[in-house]
Amino acid sequence: MHEIEMKPSPKVSIEFDGQTLQANKGETVAAALLRQTHLAFRTTPVTGKSRGPFCMMGVCFDCLVEIDGAPNRQACMTYVEDGMRVKRQLGAGDTGVFLSDEEDTQ
Amino acid sequence: MKDHYDIAIIGTGPAGMAAATVASAHGADVLIVDEQPEVGGQIYRGITHQSIKDKTILGDDYYKGQSLADAFAASNADHVSGATIWQVSPEREIGISKDGAAHLLTADQVIIATGAQERPFPIPGWTLPGVMTAGSAQILLKSSGITFSNAVFAGTGPLLYLIAYQYLKAGVPIRAILDTTPKSNRLKALPHLPGALFHLSSIMKGRKWIKALKSSGTLFIEGIDNLKITGKDSTEAIEYLLQNKWHRIEASNVFLHQGVVPNVNLAMASGCIHHWNEQKLCWHASTDEWGSSNVPGISIAGDGGGIGGAIAAEYQGRIAAYQALYTTNKVKKQERDTNVLPAQHALTHEMRIRPFLDAMFRPATQYRIPTDDATIVCRCEEVTAGKIRESISLGCAGPNQLKGFTRCGMGPCQGRFCSLSVSELIAKAQNVSVNELEQLRLRPPVKPLMLAELANLTTLASEDT
Ligand code: FES
Repeated sequence: MHEIEMKPSPKVSIEFDGQTLQANKGETVAAALLRQTHLAFRTTPVTGKSRGPFCMMGVCFDCLVEIDGAPNRQACMTYVEDGMRVKRQLGAGDTGVFLSDEEDTQ
Repeated sequence: MKDHYDIAIIGTGPAGMAAATVASAHGADVLIVDEQPEVGGQIYRGITHQSIKDKTILGDDYYKGQSLADAFAASNADHVSGATIWQVSPEREIGISKDGAAHLLTADQVIIATGAQERPFPIPGWTLPGVMTAGSAQILLKSSGITFSNAVFAGTGPLLYLIAYQYLKAGVPIRAILDTTPKSNRLKALPHLPGALFHLSSIMKGRKWIKALKSSGTLFIEGIDNLKITGKDSTEAIEYLLQNKWHRIEASNVFLHQGVVPNVNLAMASGCIHHWNEQKLCWHASTDEWGSSNVPGISIAGDGGGIGGAIAAEYQGRIAAYQALYTTNKVKKQERDTNVLPAQHALTHEMRIRPFLDAMFRPATQYRIPTDDATIVCRCEEVTAGKIRESISLGCAGPNQLKGFTRCGMGPCQGRFCSLSVSELIAKAQNVSVNELEQLRLRPPVKPLMLAELANLTTLASEDT
């Protein structure tokens, strides 16, 4: 990390896996974690490998974390709020909550 | 948010903002919706509240977005931000989810302006934490002022040099730039040089970035023939093949880039016809000169239809807006034609550099179609190139069948980071052009929805009956 000179921003504090960290208001959860050089956000459902944000624009879904108890939240699309509790997502989180195109495999 | 609009625009990047500004200025009832809380798209991300003090870091081209954002802010378009757009049906029924609740609304005209995404760059280790796209480095810089010291930038294309140059300007040490531009591209780009010379200043700008990077003492290696990233649970090193020898650079952060491609999922799922563009190696929307697709009332503007860059996107947004205004009887044919003429000329001019850029930064095959069977192609379902090749040899004929064979393309990203590689892999194995293959069938919701979000739709529906 290398901080660039910025206009001061109001701070919020969030929790990541039980550890409290400071974030800038108006930034995404992914940015706040990366700022603290947390690069791994989850493990994959298939092989349990570590993953972290890849695209930062909502496309890859590799930044999935659990936020305030809800799994499968895109950290790069979710903005920090004071007191937010973020957890690494291990495996599939809570499978079945996603609704996406699953049929049509003939 | 109302139940019906004259014109609905998806995306608040340059194309969407320009379209909304024009359309609402002519009295249309306009909705514009985007996933992000602020306008700007990715190119002008953070433009409305940029807090980096030194304006030379992001450069003039970035701050050009300000006037566009200001004009848009002064318009009276309904702006719904921070929303997931999960469908645009061929009947122009738009599914939007915001704050955990889903909504359906309709529009007479829909302009899809979903912009670009990074081209998939499937090399060994590209899924390791610490490996990100060059675009994400830019997003982190623009929106939060976050950079990573001693990162490696690897790949090809103007955006790669630009972000590295921005790092340099910001005083962030760069470990290395590994340039994968094939040497042979220069020769192939040469015939397109005359068109590009209309944009000499852009070319000079690119040269300036590269020159500054090289003279800064940053390790800048050209002619790289292959790459792999290694590490156990996160990135430890990047290895590169140069003149038949592998070398290794230790790094915790690697930013990859092989250019950008249109974000086509929403338009494809709406039934808009796309074709494979062999020069640009990606899907292109099949649209007319107004950006209108085959689906009545749905048009596509900006990079989402084909990469032209931010300035071209703005013109395309304007052109699509005038056509939508004309179709909804807000302007007469004459007024449309007079108003749109400058934008059409400017667009033609803007596009002149593209064939040169496409040839010059055409990604080499090994960065699009993995050579190593163990390389992951589908990040979501962890499907390797080897597994895909095996499925092809077992008779799998196309990307839709491949889902059944391997679950490839069935994860939450819905093929956004694998379908180009998959199509090229299958086409290569069958020795046909990608255009001869069937396309990955996409259906709404084009972004995963939580079941809970749909609950309120059911409520809405039962209220209707
Ligand atoms: S980092 Fe790609 S979706 Fe969040």
